[in-house]
Amino acid sequence: MLVHGAVYARGLRRYSTYRAATLAGVLTNSVFGAINAMVLLALFGARPEINGYDATDAVTQVFIGQALIGVTLIISGPSLDLSTRIRTGDVAMDLLRPVPLQSWWLAQDLGRATFAFAWRGLPTFAVGALLFDLAAPDAPLATVVSLLLVAVLGFALRYLYTLSGFWILDVRGLWTLMGFVGPVAAGMMLPLALFPAPVADVLRLLPWASLVQIPAEIYLGKDTLPGGSALGGLALQAGWATVLLGLGAWVTGRATRKVVVQGG
Amino acid sequence: MTTEEHTARAMVEAVGIGRDFTVAEGRFPRRVKRVVPAVRSIDLTVRPGEIVACLGPNGAGKSSTMKMLTGILSPTRGSLRVAGLEPSRRRTTLARRIGVVFGQRTGLWWDLPLRDSLELTRHLYRVPAAEHAHRYAELTELLELGPFLSTPVRQLSLGQRMRGDLTAALLHNPRLLVLDEPTIGLDVVSKATIRSFLARLNREEGTTILLTTHDLGDVERLCERVVVIDRGSVAFDGGLDGLRARDPGSDIETVVAGLYRDGAARP
Amino acid sequence: MADPIAPRRVPHLVPRPVQDYARLAWTWTRTAFQYPAGLALMTTGVVLSVVAEFGAVLVVFWRAGELAGFSMAEGMVVYGLAAAAFGTADLLMGNVERLGERIRSGELDTMLVRPVSPLVQMATDDFSPRRLGKILPALGILAAGLWWAAPEWTAGKALVFAVLMVSGVVICASVWLVGACLQFFVADAREAANSVTYGGQALTEYPLAVYGQGIVRAVTFTVPLAFVSWQPVLYVLDRPDPTGLPDALRFAGPAVAVLAAAVAALAWRTGLRHYRSTGS
Repeated sequence: MLVHGAVYARGLRRYSTYRAATLAGVLTNSVFGAINAMVLLALFGARPEINGYDATDAVTQVFIGQALIGVTLIISGPSLDLSTRIRTGDVAMDLLRPVPLQSWWLAQDLGRATFAFAWRGLPTFAVGALLFDLAAPDAPLATVVSLLLVAVLGFALRYLYTLSGFWILDVRGLWTLMGFVGPVAAGMMLPLALFPAPVADVLRLLPWASLVQIPAEIYLGKDTLPGGSALGGLALQAGWATVLLGLGAWVTGRATRKVVVQGG
Repeated sequence: MTTEEHTARAMVEAVGIGRDFTVAEGRFPRRVKRVVPAVRSIDLTVRPGEIVACLGPNGAGKSSTMKMLTGILSPTRGSLRVAGLEPSRRRTTLARRIGVVFGQRTGLWWDLPLRDSLELTRHLYRVPAAEHAHRYAELTELLELGPFLSTPVRQLSLGQRMRGDLTAALLHNPRLLVLDEPTIGLDVVSKATIRSFLARLNREEGTTILLTTHDLGDVERLCERVVVIDRGSVAFDGGLDGLRARDPGSDIETVVAGLYRDGAARP
Repeated sequence: MADPIAPRRVPHLVPRPVQDYARLAWTWTRTAFQYPAGLALMTTGVVLSVVAEFGAVLVVFWRAGELAGFSMAEGMVVYGLAAAAFGTADLLMGNVERLGERIRSGELDTMLVRPVSPLVQMATDDFSPRRLGKILPALGILAAGLWWAAPEWTAGKALVFAVLMVSGVVICASVWLVGACLQFFVADAREAANSVTYGGQALTEYPLAVYGQGIVRAVTFTVPLAFVSWQPVLYVLDRPDPTGLPDALRFAGPAVAVLAAAVAALAWRTGLRHYRSTGS
């Protein structure tokens, strides 16, 4: 665990040097949030309530989504340096470390996510609160736990995308696809409550929804959560985190064998 | 020969060229701008058919000088003509008259097979097909490109890539070839191939060659004339013999190292 | 052999930069087809991204019935125009946004020693038909929206509409280029510029009346993205401008495009001059 603490701190420090990029990120996320919010305000101007969401709920979720882009990196390209290391073969060295590959990168990515949340997520949300009426959190404590799980889940998903590089030569296609399908399925582009109910119900149970939709519902205190409460939502997130990290560990094992057999 | 004729015929004619950079120092509210001369003042004349090596420690201003000669960087002062043109104003026209190779990076297209890269070069330089075919065949044979013509450039070894780069730079038959560290990182065999090719190119076709290098082997094998640049000025310009004569007891590396040190000792 | 110092005169009808563009783009296209599986996967990715984006637009219109007075059919015309224009600009010019990388890696220097406009080289680098995966579906959506909205057509109107569409592409490409040129001066400007380029794209995918007067005026008179989808839609549907700007503005597209292209060319020249006097 000591090693992981050091790796976490390194991730945190390393990303804190990207000040200009972080500022630009806040700008981009705020602009997109504002555009999205205005479209939704126009929509709710025509229909005051849709499936338990009103305009304030929807705009709040939009900014929760934008604030979490930097944490989850759900939109941008291969964010883990790991994908470069897989392409160049340097990953063989990582596999030789006594610390498991996945937990090493998890620690580093959580460091990065912490920085992104503090300096990119919170300011983006603050801009949203300045420009629009946002709701206050319904269950602050549950929201905090949920956000922690978001960081873990965001990593676990990207780790799996990245490891596909061991088998797919060019992962850019996969990233393009995931960069667009992910945000929709997560409820980042639009709250899932606006989708036709059967579609929304299915999407809510997929791992991507646990990145934005579920935490947003916990924040807003919605009864559409599994079991109708924040606890149910947290259980769903934790369940996916366990499954995806387990899958990640299994795939790491397969990849290691592949590297050992083929010599990198 | 009169000075005028001399000027008209020179391949490179640099008189007092220099380049200053403005650097900003300090944190935002107290930023101070300072002018730093990367190249102070360089006089350099290269006549047709010469091979001239440019030596100098890192940061001496070699690269900036090469960038000015090829038209990438515009000089702050001085007058400069390369192949009869003012590089910074006539960059595109100049590009058709000279060949340029940067040893540190490739002028080929990373993802294209070498053959496609060379074919593309022909079109971009507007080389007529018949002339190209002749030259292409000649260079391919001389530099032994045959075995890897259909390999994407990114998969070539450094030596293969450099041979490819040289070919691309020579397809339009330039009279002046500018090479920035052409042998950097190459193994002994690749270096020897490149050197003997350049020597032959100069001997048989009269191509003028201006190269920068850190490898004194390049100098000894290829050049009769050496220009040592240090701290943005010419510290030595003359024959290899003249360089040796500065300190007859030592080998050439010691002499050059001494020149760098002299420069460093200057105020 | 001819004296190589004398400039070669090759007779040509097409301007050189266009010839070079076509040659480079064609070479890259051929390369892309050498890896058909990768190309297919990436094209699928692009198509699905359009599906996802357009799906969101449909959901909004489906829930709203009418959005700021625009029906779903009209919304499809707006989306189709915006996506087609940005997709085409991306195909033709998109790679210039990697200018900062090119400067850092020294590739820009390599481009500068070739007798071809570095802008052409940069724009065509990694030119790929996968981007048709955005343009073609967008044109399909536009056609479907127009068919459904059923405006009255005349030959003259179709011609003007086509001109407005081309103007939209030119405006997008110009905005893109100006954004990229910031990287000549500020190394990390890419993402900040993206908030204008991609943000602009997101903005123009809905009828601008959604955003209120301030923003409509900003994207009409400063970053002229209103002429990409909004003004052409008002023209083709023959609607008065609900934001209170003069209706004649819808015919300004071509003039704005020329102006935007001039500004972009100036930005490029200024940036390149700056680069060539600093080397960074």
